[in-house]
Amino acid sequence: MDRKVSFLPRRRVLSAGLGLAGGLALPAYVRQALAADDNGHPPIGTWPEGVKGKEVFIGVAVPRTGTYAEQGEDELKGWQLAVEHINSGNELIRKISPKTKKGVQGKELKLVVADSAAKPNDAVQAEQRFITENKVILMTGSTSSAVAVAMNKLAQREKVLYVTGISGSNDTTGKDCVRYGFRQNFYGETAANAIGPVLLKAYGKGKKMAFMTPDYTYGHTVTKSTSEYLKEHGGWQMVTNQVSPLGATDYSSYLTNIANSGAEVLLNVNWGRDAVLSTQQAKQFGVIPKMKLVIPYQIPFLAKNIGAELAEGVYAATDFWWTLEDKYPLAKTFVDAFRKKYGYYPEWGAENAYMSFAMWADAVENAGTFYPPDVIKSYEAGRKLQSMVGEVYFRKEDHQLVRPVVIVRGKAPKAMRNKEDFWEVTEIVPGAGLMQKPDAFGCKLGEYT
Amino acid sequence: MITWANFGSQLFNGLALGALLALIASGLTIIYGTLGVLNLAHGAMFMLGGYAGYLAWQSSGSFLLGVAAGTLALGVLGIVMERLVIRYFYARPHEDQLLVTFGLAIVFVELVRWYFSSDSKTVQAPALLQGITNMGFMFYPTYRLAVVGICAVALLVLFLVLYRTRLGMIVRAGIEDSVMVDSLGINIDRVFMVVFGIGAMAAGFAGFINAPIVSLAPEIGEQILVQTFVVVVIGGVGSFPGAVLGGLIAGEIISLTSMVNPGYAYVMLFAAMTLVLMIRPRGLLGAKGRE
Repeated sequence: MDRKVSFLPRRRVLSAGLGLAGGLALPAYVRQALAADDNGHPPIGTWPEGVKGKEVFIGVAVPRTGTYAEQGEDELKGWQLAVEHINSGNELIRKISPKTKKGVQGKELKLVVADSAAKPNDAVQAEQRFITENKVILMTGSTSSAVAVAMNKLAQREKVLYVTGISGSNDTTGKDCVRYGFRQNFYGETAANAIGPVLLKAYGKGKKMAFMTPDYTYGHTVTKSTSEYLKEHGGWQMVTNQVSPLGATDYSSYLTNIANSGAEVLLNVNWGRDAVLSTQQAKQFGVIPKMKLVIPYQIPFLAKNIGAELAEGVYAATDFWWTLEDKYPLAKTFVDAFRKKYGYYPEWGAENAYMSFAMWADAVENAGTFYPPDVIKSYEAGRKLQSMVGEVYFRKEDHQLVRPVVIVRGKAPKAMRNKEDFWEVTEIVPGAGLMQKPDAFGCKLGEYT
Repeated sequence: MITWANFGSQLFNGLALGALLALIASGLTIIYGTLGVLNLAHGAMFMLGGYAGYLAWQSSGSFLLGVAAGTLALGVLGIVMERLVIRYFYARPHEDQLLVTFGLAIVFVELVRWYFSSDSKTVQAPALLQGITNMGFMFYPTYRLAVVGICAVALLVLFLVLYRTRLGMIVRAGIEDSVMVDSLGINIDRVFMVVFGIGAMAAGFAGFINAPIVSLAPEIGEQILVQTFVVVVIGGVGSFPGAVLGGLIAGEIISLTSMVNPGYAYVMLFAAMTLVLMIRPRGLLGAKGRE
């Protein structure tokens, strides 16, 4: 694990100060000529320094240890495959980003990777170092919305673009949204609005529900969106909400409360290993199958870890599941390429990672430059993009991708076609109707420069 | 959600949590009491015990072999650690002891991560102990029920060793005044080695016993270490009965607070520790001058 702390180099601050003083003394046209690039823009963030060579760097801070490590590795594979495809001008990338030839603007992409352990501090430190040392032109990573929100702030401060990894909190493109941040994947509100009607149809009205919620922005917003939908539309009553710290291992006291709550449906918002442990322990305590288990925000590898028996009949909202290959040709190409390289079916973390890079490549190629404000405007143009779940586009007001949410249900073990065929896609809910109004969660994007 | 049914359930759950904490804390407290070394690697040793047992369990399919392997492997490791590293630190300042044991903890965690990867490993409880027991007022996982009994027996064994054997007498005398024990002609050096081995065995045993409850991951030691420290501080540093009492108190605080508001369970635990430190700095059952 690399935990090198990077400080803002004093010399750079000094020279920047000198430059500023000198700049003020020069006539405006001289200043323009000194600082300008081909388009006449003054330098911003790592631009144009980061794009001067043959290669451009992308900084990845992803959890490779800790509670979210397994999901982090899956994401990393998605990014690696995307970089490989972009650099070679692969056919799949060209379907998503039609102007791509080889690389991005003719530059080869290189990843620099650090372990974030899903901790905001670690992620920000690592990316800060990548900005200083590698002049990264794009940042990504997060398997926790706490990290995504912290990275958003870093991106806006440093004026370096950030595309989120997995981040399910409403806040990421809500109250903590930034001009320099973009999110591909689904989130609490869209998940709730997609799975809500399915749950009401399957289980009826007026049910008692219990929640297990991890104690940070992701957990709280997902629980809020989901419980409010079920309460408003189905008269469901939340009888208990068990909030636990990220990385908890023993859920006995929470489950004891749930067992005594009289709930009929258990909505488990815990994520990563926390979701695996809390679900396994819920079974040990007899809470499942007495209560129906629902996963409002899907966890990659959940079914593999808890076993198909436990996942059977469980409804979950997700970004992607590999059997969508039967419906979407791009999904099929992706799943095949991923399997060939890594030997297993990609989870939604890998899909999200791959798509977020492909869309960034598209935004840059359409802007015709790496100059960040132009790339942002290119994203904001709202072009229709082809994805593995059909046509999608970015909403310019909050930088959230408008995309479908996929509802899956756990298959019975004997109905599985292969050992990774855990989920059956029951619905693909179009994205536009699932989203809140752009300003409903208090998003103010901030400045371009 | 406060109802009588839930109160009874949480009271019992607190006992189950506390029994395990007591067992882990007893190893830590005996080592500190006798050797004067605060072993920050104790959590990592708890984790190693789990993985050692896991290897044996996986290759043999026998849970009992897993328990034996986890316990014995850690006993051996404890003795090796003591001979190669720890004994050179008895005379050195506490900061050095903290740093070296903390360093060892990092090495253990990274070795496990390198060999087993970061993914968690599941250990199945023995078939006999799987399933749920209806206790009348609540349903409780059979294995967790058994763990209460297993911990009680293990603590009893530790008690007998400490209070009913010659070795135990020396250890307890060593906790009070190791210089005096040494000058009485007892080879305190060898006693120290054995004590460290016993403490390590307790950690290894608990590590594997705990594995079916929460599954194994390289980080589990870090979390348990913090809780164990709280237990030791509440109960009294160096006191075996204190560790048991502290464990039970900690278990009940976690469980009963979660009944009112689960978000405050760990906050209350640390609040309780602060309270004890303010009113009785040596801990509930700690003797004066030991800390």
